[in-house]
Amino acid sequence: MSLLVKNGFVYDPLNGIEGEIMDIAIKDGRIVEEVNEGRAKIIDASGMAVMPGGVDIHTHIAGSEVNAGRLLRPEDHFVDVEIKTSVTRSGVGRSIPSTFTTGYRYARMGYTMICNPSMPPLEARHTHEELDDTPIVDKATFPLLGDWWFVLEYLRRGQIEECAEHVAWMMSATKGYAIKIVNPGGVEAWGFGRNVRDLDDPVPNFEVTPREILRGLCKVNHILNLPHTIHVHTNRLGQPGNYITTIETMDSVRDLAVGDKPAIHITHCQFSSFKGEDWSTLRSGAEEIAKYVNRHSHVTIDMGQVVFTDTTTMTADGPWQYTLYELSGNKWINHDVETETGSGIVPFRYRRKSYVHATMWSIALELALLIDDPWKIYLTTDHPNGAPFTTYPRIISWLVSVRARERTMERINKKARKRSLLPSVDREYTLYEICIATRAGQAKALGLSNKGHLGVGADADLAIYNINPREVDPSRDYRKVRRAFEETAYTIKGGRIVAKNGAIVESAMGRTFWVDTCFSISEYEQMHLGAPRDLKEKFRDYWTVEFENYYIPESYLHAPARISCR
Amino acid sequence: MIKPKRRFRVPVYAECLSPDRFADRSVKEIMKFEVWEGNKKRPLGDLFEIHGEAAGSPEDLTLKISGDLRKVRMIGVGMTTGKILIDGDVGMRLGERMQGGEILVNGNVDSWTGCMMSGGRIEVKGSAGDYLGAPYRGSRNGLKGGSIIILGNVGNEAGCFMRGGVIKIYGNARDFVGIHMRGGEILVAGNCQDRAGAGMIDGKIVICGHVSSILPTFTIEEIRKSVKVNGEKIAGPFYRFSGDIADQGQGRLYVAKERNPHLRFYEEYL
Repeated sequence: MSLLVKNGFVYDPLNGIEGEIMDIAIKDGRIVEEVNEGRAKIIDASGMAVMPGGVDIHTHIAGSEVNAGRLLRPEDHFVDVEIKTSVTRSGVGRSIPSTFTTGYRYARMGYTMICNPSMPPLEARHTHEELDDTPIVDKATFPLLGDWWFVLEYLRRGQIEECAEHVAWMMSATKGYAIKIVNPGGVEAWGFGRNVRDLDDPVPNFEVTPREILRGLCKVNHILNLPHTIHVHTNRLGQPGNYITTIETMDSVRDLAVGDKPAIHITHCQFSSFKGEDWSTLRSGAEEIAKYVNRHSHVTIDMGQVVFTDTTTMTADGPWQYTLYELSGNKWINHDVETETGSGIVPFRYRRKSYVHATMWSIALELALLIDDPWKIYLTTDHPNGAPFTTYPRIISWLVSVRARERTMERINKKARKRSLLPSVDREYTLYEICIATRAGQAKALGLSNKGHLGVGADADLAIYNINPREVDPSRDYRKVRRAFEETAYTIKGGRIVAKNGAIVESAMGRTFWVDTCFSISEYEQMHLGAPRDLKEKFRDYWTVEFENYYIPESYLHAPARISCR
Repeated sequence: MIKPKRRFRVPVYAECLSPDRFADRSVKEIMKFEVWEGNKKRPLGDLFEIHGEAAGSPEDLTLKISGDLRKVRMIGVGMTTGKILIDGDVGMRLGERMQGGEILVNGNVDSWTGCMMSGGRIEVKGSAGDYLGAPYRGSRNGLKGGSIIILGNVGNEAGCFMRGGVIKIYGNARDFVGIHMRGGEILVAGNCQDRAGAGMIDGKIVICGHVSSILPTFTIEEIRKSVKVNGEKIAGPFYRFSGDIADQGQGRLYVAKERNPHLRFYEEYL
């Protein structure tokens, strides 16, 4: 089947196209030079913005942690119910939607590729089962490796090659995409009721420091030539004064960067940009972080925007979730995943009138606006930690319009307003920059060569927004921008129209990307021969599952998409 | 006047049975309101006989519903004004999120009556099920305002997460009256099963009948001659307990002295 998207204002930053009127030809799920106009289905996109499908680098949408969050929050489902249609399934959930609803809602906003950033390797099977039930969008998932006993042991002994061998096996065993590190060392310490103080505070029982973990895994990432960098949730996240730790974290791998390529991705950076001694003296550290990121090319970050709403926080960072539980007095789940990692879940409401929450809101926007290069900072809310992903259009309106920011500023906590840096910033994102922050930049950071652009050969994932860049001034008509980004006129996924004017018209299945680092041997061999010898031996001692049940064969996934790297 | 046409075998979600929705509508229009019967959407007129005159404003409107309504849920959801008179037993979630107006029931009501209500008045001649005035599962937004009066008995967890308003129960109550209570007042004129006020942080519970035990996380404060509920004075004497200490709560739990001689040992701690 071929499609021709005609006369749209095309935004394709990776190919340097900014709002030119162009036709996009699609054939067999790919973008092609041209199609036979007589035979192709024509989509008239005149007066509309045509962008590549959205890419979300960090969103918790699947796995045991997310599902435990669902179980914890029936009241969250109660307020938001989707009724089934002839195409879609029914679903529930505002901050933690059920799997099908997650896929539909992303597709309605024009997103076609999303990354689930925290998967305990032991829960990989569950995560993939849920990803398989998340329709339309393509997916990838990052196993948590920063607190894994094997990694800690190898790094203590300085055995980088052996560690790489382990990580390689783990990637194919869990069908993962990138190395995720959460509070390196801290989650393991939390298993013994402690946390780590800074980058050089050794992990109890392992005597390896967070700095060594970060550097070690960064080297491993390079040895394995993984498409994405290490994906880091910093130490001391959510603690006032942590911006220093964040800068140290970025700086700790500076010398490991090769050329201009990034070496580290700091995720939901807002939560790691706090200045001050305690909550009452909390200030924004966005200026310092932005200064560092502006001067260095080895870092990419994402926002982790907070929106004033009721949401559910969930992360592998157990100690931080305990702090949140103590702050809110809300219900709390605390979980330890055997030798691998931990996690915590707490429902949370961000309030406009709270000094701390309003400051957090401001920090994320300051980061986005003070970092000059939009290729370095991406739009996320760390769904659902800062806010549900359905709030992205609202965040876009804050980015494109000073007036939209002022409107919200008027209603937030007075002290926070006074201290915020936002009034001094008059930068406004253009649609081109929005396109980078929501898709092109993220695809580039993820190393996805067929996503995030509209060049010939790219996946035919398109979002067509009902907004005319020649008529609409985003700065003034920010409401129109917001409305346009809430529901696409068309979402095209893999060359098929999946959503039209905000309604799902076809529910095709997306693929799951995974990185193959074991190369060219059969799956059986990969599982057995590829596994480091000591891993097999220790399995009985360390895990509650058998080695044979741990490895996820490719055939277990509905639609695997293998990416070989070397 | 509204009457079911037949006996319902599966739940009917009749959210439209509320004065706010009926006002300014002709009977014909009302008949077309959509309701769910199980997994089928049907017009209201298919399930109920409806007679009467339409009133201009919802304040003057009185809905009279009679018959077997045990499977009919969500009557009077979110109503802000007007009156509903019900003759017969009613299903779950009567007056959910109600903000004003009045519901009078000559019969029994099922669970979740007055769920998340913030104003108005519900009076029931018969008994009520569990979770009277409680929030939806998992939520902490219980009864905020208004009053619920039950002349019969109630089930478990009446007034769960209650934040304001008043609940008066003239019969007996089962376990966990006022669990997680944050504010407001509960009167139980009859007897009460165990664990009254568990996890309460603030608010007032008055029990005039027999209670088999008080939670160990409550401490005795004093003996009071009388106590006021919603301005109405109730003669005692009452033991006054304070708790729930496990949640650093300062709720007040009053228990009638006369009916509970087995609690006399608390007097030693005064």
